[in-house]
Amino acid sequence: MNPSSVMQTVPKIGLRNCIEPLRGVLCAIGVTLVLTGCATSGNPKDPIEGFNRAMFAINDGVDQTIVRPVAVGYDTVMPSPLKKGVTNFFGNIADLFIGVNNLLQGKVSSGVSDFGRVLVNSTVGLLGLIDVASDIGMEKHDEDFGQTFGRWGIGSGAYVVLPLLGPSTVRDSIGLVADMKTNPIPYLDNVSARNSLLALNLVDKRAGFLAADKVVEAAALDKYSYIRDAHLQRRRNLIYDGNPPRESEDGASTIDIDIDHNATLAYQANAPDIASEDAIAASK
Amino acid sequence: MKLVTCILTLTSLVALSMNVSAEEIAPDTLIRNVSNEVLDIVRKDKDIQAGHTGKAIDLVESKVLPHFNFMRMTQLAVGKDWRQASSEQQKTLAGEFHTLLVRTYSKALSEYRNEKITFKPMTLKPEDTDARVRTEISQANGGKPIGLDYFMEKSPNGWKVYDIEIGGVSLITNYRETFGSEIRRSGIDGLIKLLQSKNLANEGAAAKK
Repeated sequence: MNPSSVMQTVPKIGLRNCIEPLRGVLCAIGVTLVLTGCATSGNPKDPIEGFNRAMFAINDGVDQTIVRPVAVGYDTVMPSPLKKGVTNFFGNIADLFIGVNNLLQGKVSSGVSDFGRVLVNSTVGLLGLIDVASDIGMEKHDEDFGQTFGRWGIGSGAYVVLPLLGPSTVRDSIGLVADMKTNPIPYLDNVSARNSLLALNLVDKRAGFLAADKVVEAAALDKYSYIRDAHLQRRRNLIYDGNPPRESEDGASTIDIDIDHNATLAYQANAPDIASEDAIAASK
Repeated sequence: MKLVTCILTLTSLVALSMNVSAEEIAPDTLIRNVSNEVLDIVRKDKDIQAGHTGKAIDLVESKVLPHFNFMRMTQLAVGKDWRQASSEQQKTLAGEFHTLLVRTYSKALSEYRNEKITFKPMTLKPEDTDARVRTEISQANGGKPIGLDYFMEKSPNGWKVYDIEIGGVSLITNYRETFGSEIRRSGIDGLIKLLQSKNLANEGAAAKK
């Protein structure tokens, strides 16, 4: 698929048809949120922990029984160069809306570079199968609408575990709808090609995380909160493009006398909560 | 007299060499040397690649951990509740956290598949006592490289790591929430018990292999 054919497919579809199922899901979440609203454990970032834990358990079950085994099979059977080609192919499509988001965030040179990547990789890189652009020094970025909203100063809102899609927040769920609108794959007319590509995209993504599974199993005292906290930290880091201010650690360092003071000072700068930090990022 | 001079010279030489070994190695050089040494061993060791945890644990214990300050890491992960803990409890906590992190680190090493690591240049002023050493891991299947940063502080025994950040996820921050809610639920001893049972479970899982 080259960019021009991607562009051609976009106007053909009824946008509404693609969003409809997702809207249903979000609606169902909304209803469930209201119903389970009282199940909290007092974590301000996770006011609907009861619902989230239940959804996490369901997702984990689906992952263990279906998604993970398929990804393991894919990972074992597919030769490495092919796997890399698949990742690059989807990465090339993603670069399109990464570019859009960089522009929306005012990072013009990054955005232009992203479109340049698509141009290079779709042609010289054989329809995106080879990431030539990275080899010639055009850096790959990581952006989405959730990050753009964060840059614009919108706080993340509550942590939400989405059905099948996993960890997210209120803001990022809305961003996800926008991400899907700009992704050309769901707009393909050929239904079986579309579904195959969506499935392959999922399996490719999951296979990329297989190595992390065992590490998380070994590290997590409580898998749910471990993944939640890692996800929230990761998103915060992405919004700041890898350079967020360090979070405070609640003054623990003040009781520590034998450790150098400069080290503790860096920690004591009281960081505001995540939502308002996002706003600070935007104002910079 | 000759003997005294000799002893004096020897002691000062020893003192000098200790001084050099402790202060000479800059944090970024230290991280680069240790990473290269450890990954070289992993690349050659089929047992570690096959997931034999025992060997990986020995490697981590002998080569990596001497450069970590576990008391500090545990304190930061526990956060403000640290002062509630007696020094006995603090030691037990640090010990159990140590065991947990060794397991985790060993698992991560056994998943290492020759990904390329780039060491970012850093500038360090002579008076600096806190440093962030940035490295980047290229993913085998392409995609954006993942940042792996070491937060270090100067100590009399050289620079020591007190936190690691992977892709923007800080290790100690990630444990702080879980530690905090466990302490609220069942106190410091509850957290010690939780860590102990997790370590036992990890041991059990390794023994089953």
